Amino acid sequence: MMDPPDPWIDVWQALRLLAVDPGGLGGVVLRARVGPARAACLAALPDLGLPRRRLHPSVTADELFPAMDFAGTLTSGRPVFRPGLFAVPAEYRLVMAERCPADLAAKLAARIDDSARSCLVALDEGADSDETVPEVLRDRLAFLIDLDGLRAAPVPAFDHEELVEARARRMRVMAAEADIAALTRVAVRLGIFGLRAPILALRAARCNAALCGRDRMSSKDLEVAAATVLAHRATCLPDVETQAEIGDRVSGDLSAPTGETSEEDLLVEAVRVALPDGLLPQSSTRHAGAAGSGAGDKRKARQKGRPIAPRRQRPEGRSRVDLIATLRMAAPWQKLRRIPGRTLTVMPSDICLKRFEAQMERLLIFVVDASGSAAHARLNEAKGAVEHLLARAYAHRDRVALIGFRNRAAEMLLPPNRSLVQAKRRLAALPGGGATPLASGLRCGGMLACKAQKQGMTPTLILLTDGRANVALDGDQDRRKAMRDAETAADWLRASHIRSLVLDTAMRPQKNLCQLANRMGAEHVALPRANPVQMMRTIEAVARH
Amino acid sequence: MTHAFPFSAIVGQDQMKLAMILTAIDPKLGGVLVFGDRGTGKSTAVRALAALLPPIAAVEGCPVNSASHQGCPDWAEVPEDAEIKERPTPVVDLPLGATEDRVTGALDIERALVNGEKTFQPGLLAQANRGYLYIDEVNLLEDHLVDLLLDVAQSGENVVEREGLSIRHPARFVLVGSGNPEEGELRPQLLDRFGLSVEVRSPEDIDQRIEVVQRRDAFESQPAKFLKKWHREDASVRNSILAARENLQNIKIRKRELRDCAELCIALGTDGLRGELTLVRACRALAAYEGAASVSRRHIRRIAPLALAHRLRRDPMDEAGSVSRVRRALEGVLG
Repeated sequence: MMDPPDPWIDVWQALRLLAVDPGGLGGVVLRARVGPARAACLAALPDLGLPRRRLHPSVTADELFPAMDFAGTLTSGRPVFRPGLFAVPAEYRLVMAERCPADLAAKLAARIDDSARSCLVALDEGADSDETVPEVLRDRLAFLIDLDGLRAAPVPAFDHEELVEARARRMRVMAAEADIAALTRVAVRLGIFGLRAPILALRAARCNAALCGRDRMSSKDLEVAAATVLAHRATCLPDVETQAEIGDRVSGDLSAPTGETSEEDLLVEAVRVALPDGLLPQSSTRHAGAAGSGAGDKRKARQKGRPIAPRRQRPEGRSRVDLIATLRMAAPWQKLRRIPGRTLTVMPSDICLKRFEAQMERLLIFVVDASGSAAHARLNEAKGAVEHLLARAYAHRDRVALIGFRNRAAEMLLPPNRSLVQAKRRLAALPGGGATPLASGLRCGGMLACKAQKQGMTPTLILLTDGRANVALDGDQDRRKAMRDAETAADWLRASHIRSLVLDTAMRPQKNLCQLANRMGAEHVALPRANPVQMMRTIEAVARH
Repeated sequence: MTHAFPFSAIVGQDQMKLAMILTAIDPKLGGVLVFGDRGTGKSTAVRALAALLPPIAAVEGCPVNSASHQGCPDWAEVPEDAEIKERPTPVVDLPLGATEDRVTGALDIERALVNGEKTFQPGLLAQANRGYLYIDEVNLLEDHLVDLLLDVAQSGENVVEREGLSIRHPARFVLVGSGNPEEGELRPQLLDRFGLSVEVRSPEDIDQRIEVVQRRDAFESQPAKFLKKWHREDASVRNSILAARENLQNIKIRKRELRDCAELCIALGTDGLRGELTLVRACRALAAYEGAASVSRRHIRRIAPLALAHRLRRDPMDEAGSVSRVRRALEGVLG
């Protein structure tokens, strides 16, 4: 057999380790698009000695846990139960794992925790770094295999006997205190603060020792564990700067006794080799992951909203059966299905479920700068633009809120509302002049947006300003502090996932405002060059996105 | 069944362990919310607590674990001569995505389909009566379930009025929630319902971290030896809990300490009186646990972050955590 190209050695390594202790190692995230490389990898995965169960992201609780088989019960006239996919320990294969919703991820995580033998192979087809398996699962699966850019390799044959032997030997492998300490320290030095990583790494080291027929862990086992389990979790590579940063979070002596230091350095080196080009997979996606809105799936419209045409579907606990539609579906067949003694025969396939379409209400929050500098620039034009936008918003039945900021603080001029007249009147009455408390305006708008999000609306924040912030949050007239506060507010808005748009009302587009918009994750539009129609289109695009 | 990791073998996380022990002493405290990083032993602690708690006496076959025959709901059809047996304190998991039917109980479809009888099939709330209800990732729970739980947790009674059923049964349980704040905030209404809250972080001391990995490893490779080693300590915690329960009624609290609690809450601007009540109650439980005769300022100092940190008005842009705000207020009030 030809030697596989380098990266594949690590892949086969991980798969072999997993085969020794599938339950303990939790499983593997296989990040690859469908293709020959992925097929090779899956074909190489040895038999784990477990039944294989395929899951998809929209699998329902009824399918996972023991539940009544609704269709079967209706057909046979006696209760039929399905044991559910979680009935026996299994190797679960989650396809399209990047689309796994939070509740399924939590259930799978609990399953990995509770069932000492089950493991999960998550097939992640995510296109960019944000699109990936939920953190709660990634944290529990020991390995991450990224096949990006790899060509298919010949599938090696693993020695089945060897695996069986290693499984038996695994629990006899002794872990010395120094080995445990070394793995824990290295994990911290790589910026991995969760404690699952060193625990998983230790299990992997044990598997490797068992595979090699050793009863004690050697430094080679630790290296393999570090490369396969720790490398892809690393958020930094040990160097002087990052160590100082880590020292802030973890106290204690990181550079342990002299004898072990060299071993730890070897482990770090192993991680360095395992990371192509020193790229840190975790550091880029680390902060992008938090996408939950915090209130469960508000958008899923199973039970509320405008009713739309019912559809034939299998009931799955959360939805309601549309009785009339079901009867209507069954009606034409009654003659054919006639069973003596029964007046009506409804088959499982007749069942229709109610469906609803929830229209998310939109809220446009205008945050208008009415300071002296802005007034000088073109407050009136800005007002005109807002009025135009208001009219359009009214036509779309969007709600509108208006916040003005000048002098010392921001003021809510109009709470979320549908009244166009009121909005116009308040806007016209907005006087100009004074200093620019930009941070205060952002904060006021952001809080309103957060509140709206919690009520199930989709807020969009539209900031009209010339960007010359000169009043800080605490009311100090300090240009630098004011800008810093504004930047903090912008970061917060971005972190809160609030859609926003910055309309620059200055005579010349401001560079620092452009930067601020970037920090907010907002689009920056210079007003002088935008006509109302174009502006509305931009807002529409942002609000709809 | 596999054994749970022993409670006393959990390294560090003293705040979390203390909070759980306090709810075991006084179930009326209103539950614990554990918020924090992944892999900090949140779930481990809850499962360990379940193994640690003293058993309860319950009527055999009673769906709500009643202590006496009078307490059994009539719809349950528990036979008159059912024995009263000891059973472990129930710790019920509420899985995310559980349906409302599963939580509250609903029409027993099996009996409805087969016998045409209209009977009630009790849900998780019935199972959790007199025990614990544990919700992992509580911040991802669907809104309608949250509302339902709030209502039941407050009234101590589960009322089901649907599908032609009209059922009520006691549902008094300690709510334990855990979650990761990065994945979503909890609504303040729900936060307020939890008596105590703890923020957990992964241990910051390298030796502690090594200890965690070592103990986990020992637990996995030699479970029998490990469990035996920690059994004694677990038993001592259990005995302290039982003694504290006995003693809870005798703990005195003086005017001065009551005033301290009130001033603390005013200084922090917590809404309503729930904060003060929980603070006093938890101080009392702590005093009982420590075998003290009365509540002292030391107890208040230790409990205040647990009982108050989650009741503060949130300032989304204040980066200092709420725990440090409580600490500041403590310094101001108690000196």
